[in-house]
Amino acid sequence: MIGDIAFGQFIPGKSPLHRMDPRVKIVLIFLFIVFLFVAQNFVALALPVLAALAAIFLSGVPLRQYLKSVKAVIFIVLFTSVLNLFYGGGQTLLKLGFMEIKSGGVSNAIFIAVRILTLILLSAVLTFTTSPNSLTDAIERLMKPLKVFHVKVHEIAMIMTIALRFVPTLLEETDKIMSAQKARGADLESGGLVQRAKALLPILIPLFVSSFRRAYDLAMAMECRCYHGGEGRTKMKVLHAGKGDAAACAVSCLLCAAVIVCNILLPGSLT
Amino acid sequence: MAVIECKNLTYVYGEGTPFCRKAVDNVNLSIEKGEFIGVIGHTGSGKSTLIQTLNGLLRPTSGQVLLDGKDIWAEPKKIRQVRFRVGMVFQYPEHQLFEETVLKDISFGPSNMGLSPQEVEDRARRAAAFVGLSEDFLTKSPFELSGGEKRRVAIAGVIAMDPDVLVLDEPTAGLDPRGRDVLLTQITSYHKTRGNTVLLVSHSMEDIARTADRILVMNDSHAAMFAPTREVFARGAELERMGLRVPQITKILSMLRERGWPVGTALTMEEAVRELLPLLEKGGVRA
Repeated sequence: MIGDIAFGQFIPGKSPLHRMDPRVKIVLIFLFIVFLFVAQNFVALALPVLAALAAIFLSGVPLRQYLKSVKAVIFIVLFTSVLNLFYGGGQTLLKLGFMEIKSGGVSNAIFIAVRILTLILLSAVLTFTTSPNSLTDAIERLMKPLKVFHVKVHEIAMIMTIALRFVPTLLEETDKIMSAQKARGADLESGGLVQRAKALLPILIPLFVSSFRRAYDLAMAMECRCYHGGEGRTKMKVLHAGKGDAAACAVSCLLCAAVIVCNILLPGSLT
Repeated sequence: MAVIECKNLTYVYGEGTPFCRKAVDNVNLSIEKGEFIGVIGHTGSGKSTLIQTLNGLLRPTSGQVLLDGKDIWAEPKKIRQVRFRVGMVFQYPEHQLFEETVLKDISFGPSNMGLSPQEVEDRARRAAAFVGLSEDFLTKSPFELSGGEKRRVAIAGVIAMDPDVLVLDEPTAGLDPRGRDVLLTQITSYHKTRGNTVLLVSHSMEDIARTADRILVMNDSHAAMFAPTREVFARGAELERMGLRVPQITKILSMLRERGWPVGTALTMEEAVRELLPLLEKGGVRA
């Protein structure tokens, strides 16, 4: 059944990371991702990696969940690592015909694998600890400066929120329509490509119709509550950055500064 | 001979996950050909899951569903044949309409059966007539009809497959009182003329009392009762404990009986009138 697929990666909890201001979280995660790429040697790289591990620990989300998100990209990580094995200088470790694996290549491969894995873990921390609604809320606030260029920031955020809200609803709807058409003998499983595409019509058309119906209903409900866009709108949950957020910012800035210092003092590991 | 039988039927949602939930638990029942069965049970009692196992939309976790004595999952590749024989009308079936014209939409089921175009159209026209849709409806777009008309088109779409067993999941939900009456009358007259088996799921005890020969009561994923309508509605206290009730008129007569009036039982308004009129003619004699 389609409904069994868990949607959204948010895992509710009460950890310090869950309680953090989503704006601060987005900015800091972004900062660390940038510094993952600024770091030029293993010592510098270790700092954002440590930060990521600390965040994973603090998030209180079961490790199993993180492993799942890593599993999804493991192929990409392996692929890039293996490619990198063959680049870089240093001593020759292994000779496979015309290809050589040198010590520099091995360290490159490890460096890049760690970089990508940390990148994935950091973004997982963000999506695991932040509900979709507070994410869009934070994005709305962070994009506010774009208003100068007449970007409709509030409307974009509202569209994102509504879209996220209706994904599970529409999944359920699709499931119902599929059952109903199957009960009328619709054959969704067999046949060639064209036939299968045609077999989807009895599902897509009712789904479209019902999406439009829902959109009209929602628009009507919003009008009834005098919704008129972002102008002069206040928020029920005002985003509030507290002491914890300030501390997180301070620690993060220090770590990033340390990355730069390590970069200057120590030689680069990437060859 | 039983047309549908369930043997130790169990269905578990999300087996092996933390969200695992037993929706149907060890249900055994047997439905005879030509019966009109009412299915009642409060929300979440497992009745929708149960009926979806009857036409193979859900595969039982354990146990069997027998159609004419044969396990419907004996040959999983032929499950579509089962769906043609056990027609299923879902809740709010008007949401499944998709064709350009009413006639084409009703034809979707029979044309999936691989019949000749002439046979398909004949069946569609007959089904439309059964649910009271006149000729001029057939060329209209299903999307320009009213809610009640749409629902009749959707029901015709299932009837057109000429199923041996017709399952209807709350067909009258959201209709106005007249629409309900018309639809129920059409379903009962369809049942009488075709002599096929009908399962009607409803939250309206009045609808069930009017139509059903036997009632299946689902409670907490078990089949709590499966007995003739009169017997089930005689167990009012038990039904109320399951979050259900008896038809209002049945309740009124039983309350009169408790206060010493010489009245029998009644399931419908007509029966109640027959019980009460003699009392009035006698000038309301207290027993």
